Amino acid sequence: MSQELVLGIYVFIMAIFVGFEVISRVPSVLHTPLMSGTNAIHGIVVLGAFLVAGSADSPLLHVLGFVAVVFGAANVFGGFVVTDRMLEMFRKRETTAPEKKDA
Amino acid sequence: MLDLRASAIAVSYIVAAVLFIFGLKQLSSPSTARAGNRLAAIGMALALAATLLDRQIVSFWTIAIGTLIGAAVGIYFGRTVQMTAMPQMVALFNGMGGATAALVSVAEFLRLSRIGEPIGVGEATSIVLGTAIGAISFTGSIIAFGKLQEILPGKPLQFPLQRLVNGLILVAVIALGAMVVRSGGTPVLWLLFAGALLLGAMFVLPIGGGDMPVVISILNSLTGLAAALTGFVLHNQMLVVAGVLVGASGTLLTLLMSTAMNRSVGNVLFGAFGAAGSGTAASASAVGHTVRQTTPEDTAIALAYARSVVIVPGYGLAVAEAQHTVRELATDLESRGVNVKYAIHPVAGRMPGHMNVLLAEANVPYDQLLEMDQVNGQFPQTDVVLVVGANDVVNPAARDDPSSPIYGMPILDVDRARNIIVLKRSMGHGFAGIDNALFYHEKTRMLFGDARQSLTQVGQALKTA
Repeated sequence: MSQELVLGIYVFIMAIFVGFEVISRVPSVLHTPLMSGTNAIHGIVVLGAFLVAGSADSPLLHVLGFVAVVFGAANVFGGFVVTDRMLEMFRKRETTAPEKKDA
Repeated sequence: MLDLRASAIAVSYIVAAVLFIFGLKQLSSPSTARAGNRLAAIGMALALAATLLDRQIVSFWTIAIGTLIGAAVGIYFGRTVQMTAMPQMVALFNGMGGATAALVSVAEFLRLSRIGEPIGVGEATSIVLGTAIGAISFTGSIIAFGKLQEILPGKPLQFPLQRLVNGLILVAVIALGAMVVRSGGTPVLWLLFAGALLLGAMFVLPIGGGDMPVVISILNSLTGLAAALTGFVLHNQMLVVAGVLVGASGTLLTLLMSTAMNRSVGNVLFGAFGAAGSGTAASASAVGHTVRQTTPEDTAIALAYARSVVIVPGYGLAVAEAQHTVRELATDLESRGVNVKYAIHPVAGRMPGHMNVLLAEANVPYDQLLEMDQVNGQFPQTDVVLVVGANDVVNPAARDDPSSPIYGMPILDVDRARNIIVLKRSMGHGFAGIDNALFYHEKTRMLFGDARQSLTQVGQALKTA
């Protein structure tokens, strides 16, 4: 095994612990935004698509790279936009909540 | 030593990974969640901008045009999608991420083969796994999208020897993967890609609509894993971190959802729950009892003179898009001094937290939303429970009838309230395809019809009550 692979596996394992630690604190109220937010984050693979599309030297690689960039970009932009829209609604409620309690 | 450009890229990636973690951390509270999402988006922008500095990139045209198209499509749908359609939206974006990961893995393999560079076992394994998992996630998400969008039937699609066929496809995919790792070969990788695409579709087809909260969570976690594997392929640790964070999130949600249904993940995936024919367990208490119907006027009176009302939303609320109507009704009741709360079952709807998002859209303050454990003790003191389009999550058979297929699933104990009013389209069965003794309960009144229409009528009647 190359040293780089070993390092990658270390990072992989550490990230699992960090991930579980951070995500287990997310309340169930926010589970849908959590899902769509993490959805946007895995769109990070689009940077791999950038590398493929930017270095393509055959028609096939051009096509693969292009399709991957389109899908990945839609994933990233759509994911963050829709999550922001959702979370905006959650924020609004905090300002209305105290009034409701008084009523 | 790294040159300046490479250092800038490396530092940007580290900062991006930290921003992702901080962003997710801020999702632990609704008040900081939006800032957290923006933090993650900044991390993403930084990582993508840094990637453009990579010397490997010689032409920017494909990237620019592809990003423009993808961003336009993503932003358009992200802005316009209805909150009720959120589960299918998430499934679709998830599938795109999976497809990207698979395509990047395949392309990297092609590139390395072309330049004749030897591909190490570790690298080849990452490529094989990234391709397979990304492809499974892609077609699986597309089928889930089809089911949620009701292009495909929500019922499990089954055929004879299905498990055997799926098992054989799985074995074939694994064998092809082993071949690629051992001896390479582009045609074998393409076959593997095709096999994994087929496998993804076949594995989601037999899963019923009501199990979608679990399926979407699994697919989410698979795409995260595929992204992390792409990180191994491209020797990019930041991709590994980001992918694993998503994988962890999806895994946690999967476990939470299956616990909330009292079923193992394996049972959800391979049980074909809710298939035709599982409706044999009609509860004994249902036999010989009749359903008592009520009218919007009587419902309005019952609600108006109650002290405490608990609303139990389910998938039917989403289908009827009745979240605003229910909120208006609740506001009217509150102005009459009625104490109104909402009881949210973890698997109500089609994705984790589905009901919370819908009610948030309708401006329901989240201190009114009670989780199952909080609310169950309060039902005996509740005057009226209003069940809006929920079924299996309020079926007392889960608690009382060991022969029921959903026995043992934690439910909302609405039958312990003083009065129960159930809004339902018809006497049709819930997703689990089993009878619900709650509907025949002597304290229960049924108000048939489209949830939004019924609630509007109740609201009108309330003004004169």
